[in-house]
Amino acid sequence: MGRDRLRVVCYSVLLAVVFVAVWQASVAGNKPGKGLPGPAAVGRAAVEMLSNPFYNNGPNDKGIGLQFLSSLGRLAIGYIAASVTAILLGVFLGLSPTLYRAVNPYVQILKPISPLAWMPLFLYTIKDSAWAAVLVIFMSSLWPTLANTAFGVSSIKRDYLNVAAILQLSWWRRLLTVILPGAAPAVVAGLRISIGSAWVAIVAAEMLIGGTGVGYFVWNEWNNLQLTSVIFAILAIGLIGVLLDVGLGKLSRRLAYAD
Amino acid sequence: MTFLEIDHVSKNFPAPDGRGEICVFRDVAFGLGEGEFLTMVGHSGCGKSTLLNIIAGLERPTAGGVVLQGREIKGPGIDRMVVFQNFALMPWLTVFDNVRVAVRAAHPAWPAAQVTAWVRRYVEMVGLGGAEKKRPAALSGGMRQRVGLARAFSTEPKVLLLDEPFAQIDALTRGVIQDELVRMWTASRNTVFMVTHDVDEAILLSDRIALMTSGPEARLAEIVEVKIPRPRTRAELIDDPEYLRLRNHILHFLMEVGRRSPVQDEVAASTGRAPALARTS
Repeated sequence: MGRDRLRVVCYSVLLAVVFVAVWQASVAGNKPGKGLPGPAAVGRAAVEMLSNPFYNNGPNDKGIGLQFLSSLGRLAIGYIAASVTAILLGVFLGLSPTLYRAVNPYVQILKPISPLAWMPLFLYTIKDSAWAAVLVIFMSSLWPTLANTAFGVSSIKRDYLNVAAILQLSWWRRLLTVILPGAAPAVVAGLRISIGSAWVAIVAAEMLIGGTGVGYFVWNEWNNLQLTSVIFAILAIGLIGVLLDVGLGKLSRRLAYAD
Repeated sequence: MTFLEIDHVSKNFPAPDGRGEICVFRDVAFGLGEGEFLTMVGHSGCGKSTLLNIIAGLERPTAGGVVLQGREIKGPGIDRMVVFQNFALMPWLTVFDNVRVAVRAAHPAWPAAQVTAWVRRYVEMVGLGGAEKKRPAALSGGMRQRVGLARAFSTEPKVLLLDEPFAQIDALTRGVIQDELVRMWTASRNTVFMVTHDVDEAILLSDRIALMTSGPEARLAEIVEVKIPRPRTRAELIDDPEYLRLRNHILHFLMEVGRRSPVQDEVAASTGRAPALARTS
């Protein structure tokens, strides 16, 4: 076991080294300031950006920390609102096979729509680009949680619901002691997919709306031809995505149960 | 007046081929006195578990009804606790919390300390003191059913419904848990309706035993009284002539019913009449 792990870590590090070496070699002949920046240049830019992440010199010049915070803030609002909505709706759908089958075709149609496709409608109706972006996050994180919750609730063992019925538990108590814990593993699996797609969607949404956020940052740096910043931002987006997933992974292990 | 009246209950299920219905059992009628332990014995498919579910209020009868203390049963209720064959403990709750859910439901007005004390009492009664914080997955089948018994008895139900409660417990543990049940029941004297196909278990535990013919179209064939004085122990029982007589009677009955051919079943289904039974007593 320990040896296997060591081997995995070795291969991972080796892959990273090979990647950086190939990257460096492929940009070695470039004149400074021309062509794709190499890893050394990106590293220098990273150190510079991380040494002062929260400065604010007006609308077009904010630290990368501030940009990420504003993206994460939007993500939190849209994601939490979507998760609460999706879990409640999912519980109703999961408890009623009839309702589930009646609603399912619409869910299937809405699910494959890119959340960005809604943007014009949101901009037109609420006339506020920041909230439009939040609504895009909402749309992107609604469906996986909804579908998974409905599935999780509908597959709770009949016996547990029978026990709840015999004990004449109130609707809320039934929800909290039987339905949500019973469906929790499926719900959290949905929440994990949702946060992934929300994090993917926010970069694109912020490129469209501008103002603040990591998506806007990437686009703005592209306009400034600061490719070092763009590459560093791309890596940081990936890293934060992993952290979000790891958090939910921990939650999923806590809520898992053996039958 | 009987305490629990099974009033000419019939149950149909939709046929598997989607056309029409199949009658599981027809016109089953008997009563239980208060504090009586009645067991229903029959082959798989005679609908005994379905009847138990109807008494629990989890299923509706096609015809007839169940009356508890003069009031017809319309749905499930905490006055009729079920002990399930597969235990039906919430896997995400600890032993303690599985019982606590029931106690809180039975006594919503109790303060937390009183609920806790009551739960502890029943958990200790089934010998699980020290295992309160374990999840069901960490327990053996026998221990899980102890939790099931603690949960059911802790609410002090008017009627206890035992649905083959020992069927999934290994043979060596089964006897111990049966003794556990006898001890708890002797103290509480709930009215009990049990379903089983274990004849020895039925004789050991019951005041009366109801024998069902085979389904479909099963009927209540007869109810035999167990005239062996309590307390009964397995050891004394094996040599008791009354036990042997009863056991033979029931086993003969079950074999007779089990020998019914599929042709007879088809005849029964088409005519709506169960074939005549050979009585062995």
